[in-house]
Amino acid sequence: MTVPGAWYLVLAACLFGIGAVGLLVRRNILVMYMCIELMLNAVNLTFVTFSRMLNDLGGQDAVFFILVVAAAEVVVGLGIIVSIYRRRSGATADDISSLKG
Amino acid sequence: MVNAAYAIVALPLLGFIINLVSGRRLGEPVAGWVGTVAAGGSFVSTLIVWVTMLGRPAANRFSDLTIFTWFPVAGLHVNAGILVDPLSMTMALFVTGVSTAIHMYSIGYMHRDPGFDRFFVYLNLFLFSMIVLVLADNFLFSFLGWEGVGFCSYGLVGFWFQRQTAAVAAKKAFVTNRVGDVGFLLAMFLMFAHFGSLNYSSVLGTLSHGHATGLLAAAPGAIKGTTATAITLLLFLGAVGKSAQIPLYIWLPDAMEGPTPISALIHAATMVTAGVYLMVRVAPLLHYAHATSWVIACVGAGTALLAATIACSQDDIKKALAYSTVSQLGYMFLAVGAGDYVDGVFHMLTHAFFKALLFLAAGAVIHALADHQNMKEMGGLRKYLPITAITFGVGWLAISGIPPLAGFWSKDAVLSSAWQMSKVLWVIGVFTAGLTAYYMSRQFALVFTGQARWEEARPAAVASHEHHEAEGHGTVEGHEGTGPGLPAPAHAEARPKDPTWTMSVPLIVLAIAAVLGGGINFPAWHMDFLTRFLSPLFPAGTSVTISTGTKWALSLLTTAVALTGLGLGLSTWRTAEHPRLEPNFLRRAWYFDALVSATVSGPLRLAASGLAFVMDRKVVDGLVNGTARALGASGRVLRHLQNGYVRTYALGIGVGLVVLLTYLTFRVGN
Repeated sequence: MTVPGAWYLVLAACLFGIGAVGLLVRRNILVMYMCIELMLNAVNLTFVTFSRMLNDLGGQDAVFFILVVAAAEVVVGLGIIVSIYRRRSGATADDISSLKG
Repeated sequence: MVNAAYAIVALPLLGFIINLVSGRRLGEPVAGWVGTVAAGGSFVSTLIVWVTMLGRPAANRFSDLTIFTWFPVAGLHVNAGILVDPLSMTMALFVTGVSTAIHMYSIGYMHRDPGFDRFFVYLNLFLFSMIVLVLADNFLFSFLGWEGVGFCSYGLVGFWFQRQTAAVAAKKAFVTNRVGDVGFLLAMFLMFAHFGSLNYSSVLGTLSHGHATGLLAAAPGAIKGTTATAITLLLFLGAVGKSAQIPLYIWLPDAMEGPTPISALIHAATMVTAGVYLMVRVAPLLHYAHATSWVIACVGAGTALLAATIACSQDDIKKALAYSTVSQLGYMFLAVGAGDYVDGVFHMLTHAFFKALLFLAAGAVIHALADHQNMKEMGGLRKYLPITAITFGVGWLAISGIPPLAGFWSKDAVLSSAWQMSKVLWVIGVFTAGLTAYYMSRQFALVFTGQARWEEARPAAVASHEHHEAEGHGTVEGHEGTGPGLPAPAHAEARPKDPTWTMSVPLIVLAIAAVLGGGINFPAWHMDFLTRFLSPLFPAGTSVTISTGTKWALSLLTTAVALTGLGLGLSTWRTAEHPRLEPNFLRRAWYFDALVSATVSGPLRLAASGLAFVMDRKVVDGLVNGTARALGASGRVLRHLQNGYVRTYALGIGVGLVVLLTYLTFRVGN
């Protein structure tokens, strides 16, 4: 039995929604970061799903690009987060609302 | 050797550049000699061109040399070109000649002035501009020179700009001249609209054939009388400004704040005659504009009379001469208006000689008396300044119209043409001639004869000398060992004496010219050189056609009037007590300046302050400040959006996305 493509899409929408709500409500930078990754991967899931449904490899291509870019972004983002925690431990996103260091 | 014409223009320019670049290092007196040699070289070049021209037949004396194309724009093609013809050569000869004499005089006069080199920079630039003005082959290039001399006049009137009065006078001269320049510019626009060119040859007809009559009939699109009148009237407005005629003459008496050589060169002999030159140049156009001719003649006669009356009551030696210049310029315009262009030029020439002479002699007097200019505090100087007294005396007799000096011949010729045009103008002219003789005699009597009044005026003179010293004016000639800034109290009682040779040589040369100047256009024995030289330029039928008998009678009458004026002036002003013959309204020049201030500057000042306090404060500042305030207010509102919380931004993105998607869905759905 094959799982219908629509289910994957529903899952992806749920994941995206969880990510988006998490980004809005959480203050912990690391968690917010994870939420962003969740949203990204939800999108990846839709790409793959549509690729299967439409028999087009283009969607999977896009996923690879997104994975690579996301990896690079993680490196930079985590670096920034680590340096923020070095300066002031336990900081939340709201504590760094101004552009001053 | 017509190509020497290039050198006439180039040498003063070269002198200007040398003095501009290295005048300060050359110092005194080398900078002065550089300027003098440049002017002298220009004079010699002019002589060469002139002699070459004389060797040719009269119909073949026109050449147009192009230096370079100035600007070729669509329909307008303007060259920087030199027109060599009898009129331009006559002008160039006397401009460079008088200029050379005055350059040389200035070396002595500007001795020990801190601005010595600057003076010669301006002087050479002036000569260059004046040469361009008279030699140009089109109106626009002439206008370049016209503005150039105006600028130099500004710089030289305000040469001692530390003095408030000099700075103000310079500004007044400049602004007043701008009024006239508007006329010149408008005239050029009209010419371009009508002829499609600004070249003298296109506008005035092909002069190179020497047939001035019917030139315009042959020109493309024969000119209508109204157009000719409009163009010439506008040009005359320019001439009125430059040549100090009613109502724009007010700048010239004030321009006497400049150094005396400047008054002699620019404000008596050359620049102020530029307006006369311009009107003579457009003689073929004037031929078609009788209304303009009448306007010119009446303005000329009126100015001659008005300025002569004012000159009778001036105490300042230079101001009296300045009003006299205005008056004599009026004579020249009277001649031009009467269609007697040759005698207009003739009077311009003789006037250049004797008026430059009078100014330079006045400068020598001023120098000898430590910058004192009040004639009431002079007197008896004949004994102390023999050379100055004799040369000034020659100028005095020449301008008064005493035969056989230069002024007699030219003034007589001008008055004959006035007689031919209108008896009223002639009467004004003759009366003015009497006044001229009177005020010049008054001046001579006050300065050179009678009691020496400068002894008691000495303390004041020395004080004013100190005053000038502090402000940078040069020191008295012959006070060796006193550097600038050090008045010489020990020498204060020194007798005034004649100037050094650099100053007295030009005086003597000009005095000789003032005596013999009449010879260039002697009305008998076929010695009317100037008439024969210039007449190919002018429309036929403009020569004086009154009978010899009438001419003799008129001459005798004029001379009698002049002698009467002379006698009255001398006998009245030689006495120890001066009669009270100087009504206040004449001292104040008929209150004309006050009138101009009241009518022009009054409302203008009001309008300006209205603009400053209402228009500028409220409207312009309001607009600028209002924009700033609106931006500030909107910023204060909008900055709440930019709070720095990531979640707010994320929410913003989310909401925006939802709105966008909803919109797209519905659009696609429809």
